[in-house]
Amino acid sequence: MAVKAIENVNVSISPHIRKPISTRRIMLDVCIAITPACIAGIIAFGWRAAVILLISVLSCVATEAVFELITKKPLTIGDFSAVVTGLILGCNLPSTIPFWMPALGGVFAILIVKMIFGGLGQNFMNPALAARCFLLISFAGLMTRFPETIHTLFGADPVTTATPLAVLRDGGTVNIREMLLDLHNGCIGEASAICVLIGFVYLLVRRVITPLIPCVYIGSTVVFVVLLQLITGHAADLNLTFVIVQMCGGGLLLGACFMANDYVTSPLSRTGQLIYGLVLGLLTSLFRILGSSSEGVSYAIIIGNCVVPLIDRVTIPRPFGREKEKKIRKEGQA
Amino acid sequence: MLHTFKRGIHPHDGKELSRDEPIRDILPGETLIYPMSQHIGAPAVPCVNIGDHVLIGTKIAEPGSFVSCPIHSSVSGEVVSIGPAMTLKGEPETCITIKNDNAYEVLPSGVEGRDVSSMDSASILAAIRDAGIVGLGGAGFPMHVKLGVKDPTTIDYLIVNGSECEPYLTSDYRLMLEESDKLMRGVSYLLRLFPKAKALIGIENNKPDCIEKLSGMVGEGIEVCPLLAKYPQGGERMLIYALTGRKLNVSMLPAQVGCVVVNVASVIAATEALEDGRPLTRKVMTITGDGVNQPSNVRAYIGDSYRHVLEESGGFKGTPGKVISGGPMMGISMFTLDIPVVKTSASILAFEKDPVAQKDMSPCIRCGACMRACPEGLIPQHLALLSDRNKFEEFEKCGGMECIECGCCAFVCPAKRPLVQSMRYGRRETGALQRARKAAAAEKGGKN
Repeated sequence: MAVKAIENVNVSISPHIRKPISTRRIMLDVCIAITPACIAGIIAFGWRAAVILLISVLSCVATEAVFELITKKPLTIGDFSAVVTGLILGCNLPSTIPFWMPALGGVFAILIVKMIFGGLGQNFMNPALAARCFLLISFAGLMTRFPETIHTLFGADPVTTATPLAVLRDGGTVNIREMLLDLHNGCIGEASAICVLIGFVYLLVRRVITPLIPCVYIGSTVVFVVLLQLITGHAADLNLTFVIVQMCGGGLLLGACFMANDYVTSPLSRTGQLIYGLVLGLLTSLFRILGSSSEGVSYAIIIGNCVVPLIDRVTIPRPFGREKEKKIRKEGQA
Repeated sequence: MLHTFKRGIHPHDGKELSRDEPIRDILPGETLIYPMSQHIGAPAVPCVNIGDHVLIGTKIAEPGSFVSCPIHSSVSGEVVSIGPAMTLKGEPETCITIKNDNAYEVLPSGVEGRDVSSMDSASILAAIRDAGIVGLGGAGFPMHVKLGVKDPTTIDYLIVNGSECEPYLTSDYRLMLEESDKLMRGVSYLLRLFPKAKALIGIENNKPDCIEKLSGMVGEGIEVCPLLAKYPQGGERMLIYALTGRKLNVSMLPAQVGCVVVNVASVIAATEALEDGRPLTRKVMTITGDGVNQPSNVRAYIGDSYRHVLEESGGFKGTPGKVISGGPMMGISMFTLDIPVVKTSASILAFEKDPVAQKDMSPCIRCGACMRACPEGLIPQHLALLSDRNKFEEFEKCGGMECIECGCCAFVCPAKRPLVQSMRYGRRETGALQRARKAAAAEKGGKN
C-alpha cells in the first residue's frame, strides 16, 4: 500500500489535549490577589505608596527587558512574573523612602537574583525579598523609617502611630478590632490584614496555591513566639492581643500568603512544605523575640529559601505501590 | 459508594459527540494488511504462503512464543504478499497482505453453539488463545497469558474494566450497552477459571445507563462497581486500587495481589471464541472529534486501512490539524492513514486544530501541579529534569520507572513542558541500563 501523508497535520507525543492554564494566567492571578493589599496601602500612606509601587514594577519589568535585549534572549516580560516581583517588592517597602530606592531594588531583584541565575524558575531566593533585604542592610535607617501619621478607615483625620509590633515591643497597647479590620502602620502591603487575607482566599479559590505553607508558617510562628516568651521569662506579656499582633502585624501575613509559598523557592512535596513552614516559623520567632528588630519575616524566608533544595532532597515522596519500601530496589540488580 | 484513586485529572470528556451513535457495521476495502505484532510479546509467525486462498477466520500466523498470539484473516481472499509494510508504530514491519474477494466466506469452526459449561479450564484458555484475543483496552497483552495464572485459587478478584477513562472514546460504552448479554455470559465463563474469585465490573459514573443496565443483570459472584469519572481510572494499577485497595508497582503483576484485569471488549471477544470458536477479526472503533463529519462508532475489520475506515464513516471535515489513533491522553498521533487497523486500534480522533502545537513551552516554575496530578505519586517535574540531564541512576532512584505515561503531568503543566516525552526517554534509557546490569550480573553468576 502506498503510504500518503495527511496534509498539514501535526505529529507529536501524547497527551494531545492540555488544560487551559498558563504561567501568565497564574502570575496575573497573583497580581489580582495582591491588589487589595496595595489599595489598602495607598489609602493608608497616600500617593507616595502608589508611586513607589509603580516605580518598583516598572523597574523590574524594564530590567528584565533590557537584560534580555542585551543578551539577545527571547523577551519574557509577557509572562507577568516581573510584575509580580515588582508588586511584592513595593509592598515590602515603607512609603517614606526616596524614589530611587524602589528602582534600585527592582534592578537588584531582577538582575542579580533572577536573571543572572537563569531567569524564571531558576532563582534560589525570592527576588523581591532578597531585594528588600539588600535595601534593608544597605540603607537600614531609611528602610525602617515609617510615616508618623497614617489615614485609617474609621478615623477621619490622620492618626499618629508606630507599627503594631513596635508599639507592643515598647510596652504600648493595641486594639484588636482595629488591628484586624482597620489600617495600621508598616510597609505598604502590610496596612490591612483583611486585604491580605482577601488576596489569599482568592489564590486558594483559583487553586493557584495550597494552604499548607501559609498555615504552617503562621501557626508555627505563633507557637514558637509564645514558647520563646515563656522561656525568656516574659510570660506576663502573653495575652490574646499579643498573639493577634504577632499574627497580623509586621510582614507575617503578607510574607506567608504571598512570599513563603512562591513556587520556585518552596519545596514541592507536602512533607517538605511542612518542614519548610516550621523552619520559617522558628526563624521568624527567633528574630522577633531575640533579635534587635521587631520584624524578621524577610530574613526568615530568604534563609528558608536557601534550605529548600536540601528539604526537597530528603522528602521525595514514595511512589504509589512502594510506600513501605525503604529504598527503591534497583531492578535487575542481584 | 463511588470507588476512586488518589490524584489524577478531570479533562473535558467529549464523549457526547459519539455516545448515542449505535455501533454500525462497515465493510473493508480491497486490500487488508495484518502486521505480525499486534500484541505485547513475540511477533506472530506467518503460516500461509503467497497465493493461498483464505476464509474469514483462517489462521494466517502462529504465535511466536508463549507470550504471543495467532492472527486470523478477517476476510476471504488471496494472500498476495508477506513482507514489510508501514504500521501505526511509524516503522515498517512484517505484514501479511490479503486481497479481499468480497465473498465474505466464513471458515466453519466446527464448534458453533458449544456448551461452555462443560469445558474445563485448559480448554477455555486454549480456545481464547486460538482466537487470538489480546487485551483490547490498549496494551494488547495476550489474554490467555493474563488469565493463565500459575495458581488460579490465589485469585480473589476478576476485574472487568469498563471504565473507558480516555476522553472522546465511546466504543466500550456502546459495547456494554449493546452486547451486555454477551458481556455477562463472558464474565461468568471467565469466572470458572478462578474458583475463589469474585467478578467486579468497574464502570465510571459518567456512564450511568451502563451501570444501571448491567446491575440489573448480575449473577452470583458478579458485582457492578461505579467508579468516579477521573482519568486515568482505567489504568490497571489505579483500577485495582480503586476496587480492592490493593497496590502494585511496576515490578508486580496483578496476579501477585490476587487480581486479574480484563477489558469489556476482550470479554465479549472471549464469549464469541468460547461459544462459537470465532476468532478475533473485527474491532469496534470510535470515529470522533471536531475534525470528522459524522462522529460514530463502527465495527471495523482488522487489517482494513484507517483511510478506508474513515471514508466509510464520513471522512474528515476540512483539513484536520491532528489525527490520533486512540484517546487524546495516550493515543498515537498519525502522519498517514495508510496503515492497517490492528487488534488494539480504538479510534480515529481528528481535531480541527492541534491544541498542543500552538503552545509555546516556558520554563518550569515548580508549581507542583504535575505532582498533584500524578496517579503514581511521582514528581514528574524532577524526574523530567533528571531525564533531560541523562541522570538515569537518580531517575531510577526517584521512581521514574513507575511512570505509566498517562500524560496527567503534561496535561496540567502551565508551562506546557513536554513531561511525557522526557519521562519516556528516561524510562527507555533506564530500562536499557537495567537490562545491561541484569546481563552483567548473570554473567558474573555464571562464572562463579
